[in-house]
Amino acid sequence: MTMSFAQEAGFIVAAYAITAFVVAALIAWVVLDHSAQRRILDDLAERGVSRRSQRSEG
Amino acid sequence: MQLMTAFAALMLRDMRLAVRVGGGALMGALFFLVVVVMVPFAVGPDLKLLAHIGPAILWLGALLASLLTLDRIFALDHDDGSLDVLMTASLPLEVTVTAKAVAHWLTTELPLVVIAPLLGLMLNIEPRAMASLVLTLLAGTPALTFIGLIGAALSVALRRGGLLLAVLVLPLTIPVLIFGVAAAEAAMAEPGRFAAAITVLCALSLISFVIGPFAAAAALRYGLE
Amino acid sequence: MAVIDLANPTRFLRFVERVLPWLALLTLLVFAIGLYRAVNAPDDYQQGATVKIMFLHVPAAWLGMLGWALMSIAALGTLVWRHPLADVAGKAAAPIGAAFTLICLITGSLWGRPTWGTYWVWDARLTSVLVLFLLYLGVLALYWTAEDPGRGARAAAVLTLVGAINLPIIKFSVDWWNTLHQPASILRMGGSAIDSSILWPLLIMALAFTLLFFTLHLAAMRNEILRRRVRALRLMQAQQFAEARP
Repeated sequence: MTMSFAQEAGFIVAAYAITAFVVAALIAWVVLDHSAQRRILDDLAERGVSRRSQRSEG
Repeated sequence: MQLMTAFAALMLRDMRLAVRVGGGALMGALFFLVVVVMVPFAVGPDLKLLAHIGPAILWLGALLASLLTLDRIFALDHDDGSLDVLMTASLPLEVTVTAKAVAHWLTTELPLVVIAPLLGLMLNIEPRAMASLVLTLLAGTPALTFIGLIGAALSVALRRGGLLLAVLVLPLTIPVLIFGVAAAEAAMAEPGRFAAAITVLCALSLISFVIGPFAAAAALRYGLE
Repeated sequence: MAVIDLANPTRFLRFVERVLPWLALLTLLVFAIGLYRAVNAPDDYQQGATVKIMFLHVPAAWLGMLGWALMSIAALGTLVWRHPLADVAGKAAAPIGAAFTLICLITGSLWGRPTWGTYWVWDARLTSVLVLFLLYLGVLALYWTAEDPGRGARAAAVLTLVGAINLPIIKFSVDWWNTLHQPASILRMGGSAIDSSILWPLLIMALAFTLLFFTLHLAAMRNEILRRRVRALRLMQAQQFAEARP
């Protein structure tokens, strides 16, 4: 059960690497989702579909 | 007084539906039997081992059998429209769901408790420990019903059925499982601990008896409007 | 269902656009400081260098719980006040909280292997976190399988609150179960008393992760508002087509 420092370091690096990966995945999700929604909204706006608060009265 | 007769009427109606051949009563007990029979095929026929894990197997089997029959509480009524009627009736929804839960326990959980001694024989559980084990099931299965009630209400509202229900309900039943098995094992090994464990089990059932109907009614109300 | 009143959410969106870049920058800064301190922290006399994993594991556990607490407050907003921002806040928090809970489990496993020889131990804390993760999966299932976002949010809110009530009970039960089955040696993930040279990196990393949580949460809320807008517009579009027919 006593490990060399090299073996221990492996686990430490793995822990930090996996954490970084999950955090990066979260950031990617947030960023990509944003651009996807923006793209759809722009597309809808182009087609003339808009919210009632943006339409002129009458 | 009218409340009591309405409660009784609803409860009896659900009970009558459940004891029919396709109903939950028979199916739940059969599944319990099948699951317990599967276990020796998986772990081997060593009687000492089976006796050691016996209480755990019975509790797990009861838990899984309960899960399978839980969605019947609301799904059938939802399908034929009677759930809508029940929700708009003058009887408070919390009382309605309680009546259905009590009916479920009487018709579906109680048979599990009744056949447990027979299954205990197959798992080589000592007869004197069986009585205590049955007691733990009696004390703990109400908790399973009332916690499961919440899951049943949530999954009927979203129409996703069986497996979602299991995913939602199982983590919430972990305390019941822990103390149910602990009480059963204490009955066999250290009678001193039994009292503590079964008290907690009763407490869990009481807590879920209070929270379950409110949460289930809320889930139905907010989910089906 | 009419097109949802987006007045408050619009103001919220403007708020997010202003605040988000600064929050992200602050998060990065605190992470830089925290990581520097973590990497240079002294070795623990018992666990050696692997104590550095604790700088990830403990903040992740804290964030998993913070996530659920946030979701619970949002759930009250959904069920009691029917505030659309509450729906959005809850749905946005769920995946982030779940991700950090997962980080806690994985780092806990990687910490356990060099320290105690196995990748998984059923000790009280890890087991409770595992159950929390399962509850997160349940809530995520409710949020993401509902066709109607409002209905999904309300169902998820009920489960969130039931979970909030149940979590202390589960924690108590798991603690009890653990002592019941534990031989004399007690496996505790906490380890020995925390020295100040280890405490400071831990606190800074906890702060960094918390800032990260809120940065991600605000951004995710913004996305969810946009998603609901898309849905409302599409419904309106379909309605316009239907009305245009002679």
